[in-house]
Amino acid sequence: MSTKIDKIDRLSELSAAKDDERGVSLWTEAFRRLRRNPAAITGAVILLLFVIVAILGPILAPFTPTDPSGIREGVVKSGQGIIPGPTGDHWLGYDHQGRDFFSRMLVGARQTLLVGVISTLIGLTIGALIGGVAGAAAGLGGRVGRWIDVVLMRIVDMLLALPSLLLAVSIAALLGASLTTVMIAVGMVSVPVFARLLRGSMLAQAGGDYVLAATSLGVKRNTIALTHILPNSLAPVIVQATLTLATAIIEAAALSFLGLGNPDSAIPEWGVMLADAQPYLGIRPGLAIWPAAAIIVTALGFTLLGEALREALDPKLRK
Amino acid sequence: MTNLVEVKDLEVHFPIKRGVLFDRVVGHVKAVDGVDLTIVKGKTYGLVGESGCGKSTLGRALLQLTPPTGGEVVFDGVPLTSLPPKQLRAMRRRMQMIFQDPMSSLDPRMNVESILTEGLRAHGVGGNRTERRAVIAKTLDAVGLPRWALSRYPHEFSGGQRQRIGIARALVLGPELIVADEPVSALDVSIQAQVVNLLDELQDQLGLTYLVIAHDLAVVRHISDTVGVMYLGALVEEAAADDIYATPLHPYTRALMSAVPVPDPDVEDRRERILLAGDLPSPANPPSGCRFHTRCPWAQPTRCRDERPALRVIGTATHRVACHWAEDIEAGRLRPHSVEASLVTPPEMAGAKEAQGALESALENPGGPVI
Repeated sequence: MSTKIDKIDRLSELSAAKDDERGVSLWTEAFRRLRRNPAAITGAVILLLFVIVAILGPILAPFTPTDPSGIREGVVKSGQGIIPGPTGDHWLGYDHQGRDFFSRMLVGARQTLLVGVISTLIGLTIGALIGGVAGAAAGLGGRVGRWIDVVLMRIVDMLLALPSLLLAVSIAALLGASLTTVMIAVGMVSVPVFARLLRGSMLAQAGGDYVLAATSLGVKRNTIALTHILPNSLAPVIVQATLTLATAIIEAAALSFLGLGNPDSAIPEWGVMLADAQPYLGIRPGLAIWPAAAIIVTALGFTLLGEALREALDPKLRK
Repeated sequence: MTNLVEVKDLEVHFPIKRGVLFDRVVGHVKAVDGVDLTIVKGKTYGLVGESGCGKSTLGRALLQLTPPTGGEVVFDGVPLTSLPPKQLRAMRRRMQMIFQDPMSSLDPRMNVESILTEGLRAHGVGGNRTERRAVIAKTLDAVGLPRWALSRYPHEFSGGQRQRIGIARALVLGPELIVADEPVSALDVSIQAQVVNLLDELQDQLGLTYLVIAHDLAVVRHISDTVGVMYLGALVEEAAADDIYATPLHPYTRALMSAVPVPDPDVEDRRERILLAGDLPSPANPPSGCRFHTRCPWAQPTRCRDERPALRVIGTATHRVACHWAEDIEAGRLRPHSVEASLVTPPEMAGAKEAQGALESALENPGGPVI
């Protein structure tokens, strides 16, 4: 029989020599699947454009976004309801303070991206920390661990019980209106989501056979939690992070709209621009439509990528 | 002949909890309920029984992966049940486990090299990377896996190869005892033989001691020196493998053996089959006396119902049977009778008898108020 095994091994070695030397990890395979998904590509292209604009916005902008040239030149008289629309020079016209609207849109992308990414990171970090500790404690910590889990999860439940906008508004009111406030407020809203998600995912993994196998090998519990349970629980959290980026941008825009964002409206931000456009909706609806469309398209990009990522990482679609 | 493992009166009772805010224990599932067995060094102990009889739980409790609620496990003179966690972890090096499903027992995000080095790292064996590689390479050869497997991930292998990885992981620390929980039942029949033979070869080469848990009687017969038959959390019979297959003494073992088809059509036609009535009773609410009396075709009005039979030696010195009437049945003094299948009450129904009564009375007088 051993000669037969040798023969089979030689054959498989030959066939293995044909494809690449290294094995394919699950992450690599997920990335391959992602590349074949048109929705993922669409989302990625949208996001790439968004990031490029966010980084290069001030260079790309044809005019200074804070310069009220329209009022200086007497073209814009918002008090009398005169705000000129698109022209050859000013592609999207002026805003109510006579600033070039196209330049403001380009420069505003940076603030929007910053708010989205940082607030998601805040939510992800705090949430993953709470959820990770709770999940590991509940999965491996025995009786004491279950109590740690119960206490942490009740705190998270309290956060979850508050309506998200109300929570964000109260945090913003507590800290005073600023961009940092918006980031913290929006981040805090997503904390319970990440915490619950990671905990649940870790609990499910903790019951897996490979955790039992590691225990029977004599691996320490902390090591098991970090090297086995955590990496296998991350997929849904990463997906959620991409989806949260989309909602974070919208929520940050809502907070800015309510006047809780950066009080210095000279620095353009899509949410603030949307809020500022309110009195002039009848005269020049473009002032609201463009920032709104930009927010929606960006959020759509994140959502498309997130959903595609979920499909690519789903263990049920594996094999 | 030294005993590597001695299990004394082992019990694993899982609490059934109920309650909204604070859990209240309303009963216990007696998965393993008083098992005594010894495993001789270098031999294979085969454990058989239908699903749900507690054989897997017994295997896990033996390795302290599921903490036993009672009894004692002594491994090479060391009582595992009272060992502090740190020393138990060090002891794990000497006893390993092979799992039923090789896919779910291998971490999908680790390549084979990481899977195999994990144990070495955990116990600080093998020194540096090159030394570890040498140990792993030797293990790969032992289980018949090629070297290029090292950089691959579990999902890139076939079922049989995955089980070989699982076996390699168990072997890499050089254990003395291996608990194999249904090692081949998830594999194709053609692969089963390969893996069983591999286990056999490894035992010869390395002097391993096995506890093989299976429900496939042919596999157990092939691989085991001693076979134990479990029913509802307890051993009902234990004997040398050939002995138990030739002369099963416990009624349950007789029924089990009579279910094995014979590869000879003439014999197969004349083969007498013992069909058991009813289902396996709930381990949360096991029958009084002999656990098997509700389904036993030889059950007697005396003793069976109210006295739990202990394992006692009958015939050869290694044949132990837990049946009051084993000798009489073997001698033909007792004839089998028909058995009425009794209703098995699941644990959650145990307290719901009044509700059922109310429902019945409601059905009898349809005009009356509902409950």
